Amino acid sequence: MATKEFPPPVKWVDDRLGIGKIGKKNLRKVFPDHWSFMLGEIALYSFIILILTGIFLTFWFRPSMADVEYQGSYSLLKGLHMSEAYASTLDISFDVRGGLLMRQIHHWAAVLFIAAMMVHLLRIFFTGAFRKPRELNWVIGFTMLFLGIIEGFIGYGLPDDLLSGTGLRITQGMIQASPVIGSYLTFFIFGGEFPGDDMVSRFFTVHVLLIPGLILALVTAHLFLVVYHKHTQYPGPACACKNVVGYPLMPVYMAKAGGFFFVVFGITALMGALMQINPVWLYGPYNPAEVTAGSQPDWYMGWLEGSVRIMPGFESHFWGVTLSWNLLIPALIVPPLFVTVVALYPFIEGWITGDKREHHLLDRPRNMPTRTGIGAAFITFYGLLWIGGGNDVVATHFGISLNHVTWFLRFAVFIGPVLAFWITRRIAISLQRADNDRLLHGLESGIIVRLPHGEYIEKHTPISKYEAYALTARDRTLPLEIGPETDENGVAAPRRGLTKIRAALSRFYFADSVQKPTSEEIEEAHAHGDHEDHAHAEELDDAARDQITKH
Amino acid sequence: MSDEKDNLPAVSAGDEPNGQVQLAEPIPDPGIEPHEHRITDIDPLAADRVERQVSTMFTLAGLLALGSCVAYFAIPRDATIEFGPLTGNANNMTLGLTVGLALFLIGAGAIQWAKKLMVDNEISEERHDAGSSPEQRADIIQGFQQGVEESGFTRRKMIRRSLIGAMGLLGLPAIVFLRDLGPLPGRSLYNTIWAKGIRVVNDVTLRPIKPSDLVVGQLVNAAPANLAPIEEESPVEYQNAKAKAAVIVVRIAPDQIRPKAGRENWGVDGILCYSKICTHVGCPISLYEQTTHHVLCPCHQSTFDLADGAKVIFGPAARPLPQLPLAVDAEGYLIAQNGFDEPVGASFWERG
Repeated sequence: MATKEFPPPVKWVDDRLGIGKIGKKNLRKVFPDHWSFMLGEIALYSFIILILTGIFLTFWFRPSMADVEYQGSYSLLKGLHMSEAYASTLDISFDVRGGLLMRQIHHWAAVLFIAAMMVHLLRIFFTGAFRKPRELNWVIGFTMLFLGIIEGFIGYGLPDDLLSGTGLRITQGMIQASPVIGSYLTFFIFGGEFPGDDMVSRFFTVHVLLIPGLILALVTAHLFLVVYHKHTQYPGPACACKNVVGYPLMPVYMAKAGGFFFVVFGITALMGALMQINPVWLYGPYNPAEVTAGSQPDWYMGWLEGSVRIMPGFESHFWGVTLSWNLLIPALIVPPLFVTVVALYPFIEGWITGDKREHHLLDRPRNMPTRTGIGAAFITFYGLLWIGGGNDVVATHFGISLNHVTWFLRFAVFIGPVLAFWITRRIAISLQRADNDRLLHGLESGIIVRLPHGEYIEKHTPISKYEAYALTARDRTLPLEIGPETDENGVAAPRRGLTKIRAALSRFYFADSVQKPTSEEIEEAHAHGDHEDHAHAEELDDAARDQITKH
Repeated sequence: MSDEKDNLPAVSAGDEPNGQVQLAEPIPDPGIEPHEHRITDIDPLAADRVERQVSTMFTLAGLLALGSCVAYFAIPRDATIEFGPLTGNANNMTLGLTVGLALFLIGAGAIQWAKKLMVDNEISEERHDAGSSPEQRADIIQGFQQGVEESGFTRRKMIRRSLIGAMGLLGLPAIVFLRDLGPLPGRSLYNTIWAKGIRVVNDVTLRPIKPSDLVVGQLVNAAPANLAPIEEESPVEYQNAKAKAAVIVVRIAPDQIRPKAGRENWGVDGILCYSKICTHVGCPISLYEQTTHHVLCPCHQSTFDLADGAKVIFGPAARPLPQLPLAVDAEGYLIAQNGFDEPVGASFWERG
């Protein structure tokens, strides 16, 4: 097997494209192994599935709102007037073999795509993988999530059924209520009054060309950066800041990641086969004078819907104009603000901590209690708004008043995140203490020993040096120092106020975090431990006994 | 561990205010953990067994792929399976099951192969700084400056300024050319096809409504009589007109009605007519509660009291539903006294 020359076809390509040079670097590229690194893969694979099934659907879908009389094989709607878009969606569902399957895979994959991106984002957030040098990749990833949500929502609007039309109607109403340009904006987007006959064809172009093109470009950049920066890894034996430990791309990750693509595709196909999603034939064609109770958007729009639902109805009328706070705040201020804070989080945290180093080792969430608390607060805020999006469903399912659910949420969105932050932060700090206990005193062995003088103690077994290293391979964190008020020449330090805020924020970030023990502390604790294990009554003077009971 | 702050470390704040990374402290790096052999590394029989598992999965996947093609032709498009939770279209289900399982088995086989048979020694690779080296930086700066110098971009200000100006102005056509995306709103948001004397008709049967057709507590979804004829001419105009003109007609016991000033004669024997389009974002409100005469919008749960001028009593809507003044024509049918006196549906800036 020790050949030195490419086989002829590979040589042909290499002579022209130099693939050997690329391959040399990347064929045995090392990727670390952890289940949480698969989340982004799920997103990538669902995107590929979306492209494949989406292409299939475009062969039959007619993005037109022209009026037709339905004559397909679904007898309940036969003879009804509807748009070509809706009629062709019915044809895909009932007359094209495999059409319903592709539609359902497409929809399930879309739901999964956004869910996977979101969970991937949380993984990156809680492990601090967004820190230098990966801040821009965070922004790229976030942009994809944002585009994915818009893409999903527009796709949901294409079949022109009653449910999708209702969703678009709501969107149109929100746009119309935007200050100053609202009515102009909706007339430009919808080609005139709602519903008009332009929206499906326009949204189709956005859905199949514009946004997928952008996402594809961003995916490429995202993956390129992953390869360029090399993957982050969790702290562990031999995993240092300057290396990456794991398995090679060829063969292990080709098989694992390649195989995982088929697994994801297989599972979405099984979902498409067995689990019904968006049965548009039950909803009927869009009719602007009708809507069904319990109308729900796809899950990822739920939080926006909730934000709009729980907002009290405020509106201002002044100088001959109307300002709709009831839409401005929940649709045009809060969500953009929320996503902007998320998108800029790496820069915000970097500024507060003053940390300019490169980071390739991930944080365990407990070791950054404040960040973890902030993450929990964000999740809680999002989750409460999401519940708000289903306030009617919650009310009917649990037999409670809709008004009470809404009023509860109106307060909970403010109180909940604060509570979640505080509780999570305390839990993280407690877990840090538990880690330190494990390091200093080892594991509880369950072996109870009775000392000659009658005292009972439990033996502790020290943890392995590999685990001990993994637990301590992290930074000692220190709040930013504010520095002297004036320099040695008596000149006042610049931007004093800002520095003070920054130092305060930095204290907020780090002050309560538990530091890993020093080597002296570990030595001392281990000396005690040995002492305990080999304790003999005659060696135990009062002082030593005090120390044992303290532990 | 109440004294953790005393641990705040022996690291200098200095240039790196957040402390230095001292990973190998206090525990020295023990190196890669000793490799533990898997059973397939030690026992050739176990390895052979895994090989058989993997190849069985791949073979099954191939057969299932073939099976899906057979199912495509063999199972009629409208056949159904009824088997407990597995009830649905037979064609869809068999295609999905065969293709899905085939895909899944290929994936599962590959992963099993990787996990059980491929060499599982962890290896380590060095990282490099993301940024370029000082030499590279110096090189590129020099190259860039030389390029700028040779082009005269900084020296020849007129060229530079006119180019920047031209490029900026090119943004204008990119925006202006989109002008024909839609007409200007004009007065269209203020008007509906309701007008004086237009009959109120049931929106399904299209029959005009007499006051005697309605009992107290009844609510009817209605439309203007001039809406249906539009559908023949232009389905689009029909939809657009319908999206604004839909109304609800409700009969409430007259003693329960609290009419707003100036609207005392807008009802006929307790029959009132309101716009069906929610003043929040324009969904058709449609959930009516007879005993309380409230209607609720199913989109965002804004609740309106029809007996009290459709005042908002809950939810995110800010304004009452616009009311259509009713009268009775010579033949005894309900008609509009006039069109709506305010725009229907969602708010907009210039609405006032």
